[in-house]
Amino acid sequence: MDFPKDLKYTKEHEWVRVEGKTVVVGITDYAQDSLGDVVYVELPQEGASVTKHEPFGVVESVKAVSDLYSPVSGSVTEVNDAIIDSPEAINEDPYGDAWMIKVEIAGASELDDLLTADEYQKFIEEEK
Amino acid sequence: MVPFAGWEMPVQYSGVIEEHKAVRSACGLFDVSHMGEIEVSGDSAIDFVQFIMTNDIERIADGQCQYTPLCRADGGVVDDTIVYRFNIDRYLFVVNASNKDKVFGWMLEVQAKEKFPDVTIEDLSASYAQIAIQGPKSIDAMRPLLDIDPDDIRHFHFHIGLLAGEIEAIVSRTGYTGEDGFEVYLDPKDAPALWKVLTDSGMPHGIRPAGLGARDTLRLEMGYPLYGHELADDITPIEAGLGKYVRFSKDFLGKEVLERQSKEGTSKALVGLRMCDAGIPRQGYEVQSGGKTIGQVASGTMSPSLEVGVATAFVKPEFKAAGTSVEVVIRGRAAKAEVARLPFYRK
Repeated sequence: MDFPKDLKYTKEHEWVRVEGKTVVVGITDYAQDSLGDVVYVELPQEGASVTKHEPFGVVESVKAVSDLYSPVSGSVTEVNDAIIDSPEAINEDPYGDAWMIKVEIAGASELDDLLTADEYQKFIEEEK
Repeated sequence: MVPFAGWEMPVQYSGVIEEHKAVRSACGLFDVSHMGEIEVSGDSAIDFVQFIMTNDIERIADGQCQYTPLCRADGGVVDDTIVYRFNIDRYLFVVNASNKDKVFGWMLEVQAKEKFPDVTIEDLSASYAQIAIQGPKSIDAMRPLLDIDPDDIRHFHFHIGLLAGEIEAIVSRTGYTGEDGFEVYLDPKDAPALWKVLTDSGMPHGIRPAGLGARDTLRLEMGYPLYGHELADDITPIEAGLGKYVRFSKDFLGKEVLERQSKEGTSKALVGLRMCDAGIPRQGYEVQSGGKTIGQVASGTMSPSLEVGVATAFVKPEFKAAGTSVEVVIRGRAAKAEVARLPFYRK
């Protein structure tokens, strides 16, 4: 399983890539693997506000519905509509093609409690 | 693996969609050893069996099996089961794992109350493992292993014989997927060996192990009921659309209620729903018509064959006609759906 070092992670299995004042958000390799075949995804509209630790969308596998929890608070600047038509991309390329939303954050303090790749990996090993 | 009714169950091996498609196009191998097996035998066994089942065991011969609901006097379903008729004095009921103890206790109660002293009821669940091989190529995988031509086992018939020359088994031409296939009952100690020989023999035919996830999507595409969804203690077979498995020409527990319902109608009816809008219906979601509640989803999934959200739902009977437009409430949003004929999937 792959956890790129340049990303930050949450205990709710989202990843964050920091690009200046904007962050890109998706779900981790571990999350897509646990879900199984993803067949549906629901994302917020551009301009919507998201709140740290609150649901911003939903992914569904054949069997189950799971909330997506926002790793940061801020305003959604871009939504990856392509994965709504091809949710299988979430299984195939969770850190690339299947990014979910871009969020403009108020300040760098939003990122303070995010996990490093090593911390996240340790966390999921303990969770198993 | 997930725990279910005291068993560790494989939900998926390679992935639900891949396993599902393998069963529709080639064949899949299921370990369904969790299913319960209850044997009813003795001199008046046929009278007892006829009394507890809504279908009519006299319509089949020895060596055949039959699907039937089992009902209480109030018409509520205790379980749905396949009954294997060995002979007029011996029957095997294959029941749902989560209902096994309930069904066994209920049978003993009915036996005592209705006075069938000559009947013996035994829970043989620990003596049987069950492996199902399902899909159009199942017969090719079975042919080299079975001691007779598998074509000689017709639909809903069974054969007691040897597999791979040494594994004693009951082999029936039955299944829960809508595909051709076989269900094999055998001593649990032989189950790993049978799994292996079936895997080897099915290899050239594209066999794959398949889990409970695919079992559920396959049965739902066919509109087959699953206890806890389309059937329950407070749902009758008439409400669940299983009228053809209820035979009023004989006496049985629940007959009065079911006969009345079948003449006068019911307050709810089971229908199929196919989503028109995006979204996946799930058990418990509300079904509406013009903003008013008319029912509830019983089972729902994304159909791997049709690539659209499908569901079964109990609705008010005036909405049961195929083509009726309804809405399914998905996370507060009313998503358009249409009443569809079952099965959803046709070859």
